[in-house]
Amino acid sequence: MSKKIILCRCEDVTAEDVERAARTGFSDLEEIKRYTGFGTGPCQGKECLRGIAAAVARLTGKSESEIRPFTSRPPLVPTEIKFFAGTPRR
Amino acid sequence: MARRRDTLPPTATAPLRAHAEVAIIGGGIVGLAIAYNLARLGCSDVVVLEGRHLAWGASGRNGGGVRQQWSTELNIRLMQESLEICRGFAQEIGTNIWMRQGGYLFLARTADELGKMDKAIALQNSCDVPTRRLDIGEANELVPELALTAFAGACYNPTDAIVFPWPFLWGYAQAAAKRGVEIHTFTPVTAIDGTSDGFALHTPKGVVRAARVVNAAGSWSPQVARLVGLTLPNWPARHEILSTEPLKPFLKPMVSVLDSGLYISQSLRGELVGGITVHEPADREVRLGSRLAFVEEMAHGLMEIMPRLGDLKIVRQWAGPYDMTPDGNPIVGEATDVPGFFLCCGFVGHGFMMAPVVARYYASHLTGGPTHPLFDKWRLGRFVDTATEREDMNIG
Ligand SMILES: Cc1cc2nc3c(=O)[nH]c(=O)nc-3n(C[C@H](O)[C@H](O)[C@H](O)COP(=O)(O)OP(=O)(O)OC[C@H]3O[C@@H](n4cnc5c(N)ncnc54)[C@H](O)[C@@H]3O)c2cc1C
Repeated sequence: MSKKIILCRCEDVTAEDVERAARTGFSDLEEIKRYTGFGTGPCQGKECLRGIAAAVARLTGKSESEIRPFTSRPPLVPTEIKFFAGTPRR
Repeated sequence: MARRRDTLPPTATAPLRAHAEVAIIGGGIVGLAIAYNLARLGCSDVVVLEGRHLAWGASGRNGGGVRQQWSTELNIRLMQESLEICRGFAQEIGTNIWMRQGGYLFLARTADELGKMDKAIALQNSCDVPTRRLDIGEANELVPELALTAFAGACYNPTDAIVFPWPFLWGYAQAAAKRGVEIHTFTPVTAIDGTSDGFALHTPKGVVRAARVVNAAGSWSPQVARLVGLTLPNWPARHEILSTEPLKPFLKPMVSVLDSGLYISQSLRGELVGGITVHEPADREVRLGSRLAFVEEMAHGLMEIMPRLGDLKIVRQWAGPYDMTPDGNPIVGEATDVPGFFLCCGFVGHGFMMAPVVARYYASHLTGGPTHPLFDKWRLGRFVDTATEREDMNIG
């Protein structure tokens, strides 16, 4: 069943993938991101972070407030290369 | 389907063992690859102590480029072997590293760069690396999207490759753990005492005694060396990198511009991944913040060589540390002033591709097996000697 539940739609990470990560011993979202690839697609975790944090809390027996989000990276939203090339070269 | 039994690599909560034959400080590609190779040779009384999580350092933040186009014979030959290890990784370790052998295309702007390029190509060819010079037309045949009016020529080696760094690390970690290596994450080494039979390493989880210690702490290795009173000549330099939304596969080789240090490749996931060198004054701090100046520089560089990418969206930028050395080559082997304290650091911007082969020789060296000339060429003591061999083909 958990094979069919998709938690990260950009990178097709399923509930089963997250379960396996937790079983392997990971409980930190930075590690789970690097192990499953969740949160690395176009939404950069904006859709999936909360759901995956909740799943990790449940799987590791931690409370949700103990699960820290991963470092958010710029840009805030996906942005065209030409936009950044529009500024004068330093 | 039978459920795969996953081995436990990173034990954040497990108690620390009191004693190990070898303690490795740093859970990046270098530390994990050495741990795996030691265990492969039968020495599994090994602990890896990682201050954060695996892939926290440069090894989790790099471009995954694996090339044999270098300007010294030692680097060329080592990278030929490393590439073979990468090709066999799935079979040896059981992990898919998303390897794609699309080659590397270097672009030269000046006659001077072309001259250096020709010398390097001759050396690479003499080692059986099939690099060839391309004129602008040939480079454009290879990558039609490139705009090359400002360039003088190019070189291309079709057997260079890219890999996906994260599974590479997990592969080594799991293979090492399976063979009995203990990997402790969130376990920084904060102090080291010399003892009658080795070292006592202090961590928040307790003390582990080890006969021998390997400093594989990458850009943090000077800080770790200071714990035993040793001064190292390497220093950190921030390098930034970005990734775009995925496109259908179109870009075969990794493309790199020699003068700016720009590089761009398309991963098997379809996204473009690339960076460019943005110089800043050197200091001793590892800085991992992202800067607007980098994306701007990269965007200008990309628009010059591939203006059609203008509408492609950048989804993420991040930074990692290069572990710089005075001659652009790593520092390996035992520190003569501190017997039992071994170094494997200073890999500049190519430690990921070097780790598979260097770690293999390192494990052999540590267990009294056959050694390799790299332990002489890249020893710490060379920095007080006079002439050393410089590597000129570093990107950045
Ligand atoms: C943007 C960028 C792009 C790159 N591109 C490429 C490329 O295409 N190809 C390539 O081959 N290389 C590339 N590199 C270089 C490559 O990433 C590094 O050379 C390599 O990862 C170094 O591995 P390492 O194990 O020595 O260091 P790291 O991966 O940095 O590992 C060192 C570890 O030591 C830990 N540590 C530090 N202090 C302590 C302590 N006191 N106790 C315990 N642990 C500690 C750190 O937390 C860290 O995890 C790139 C680097 C960057 C930054």
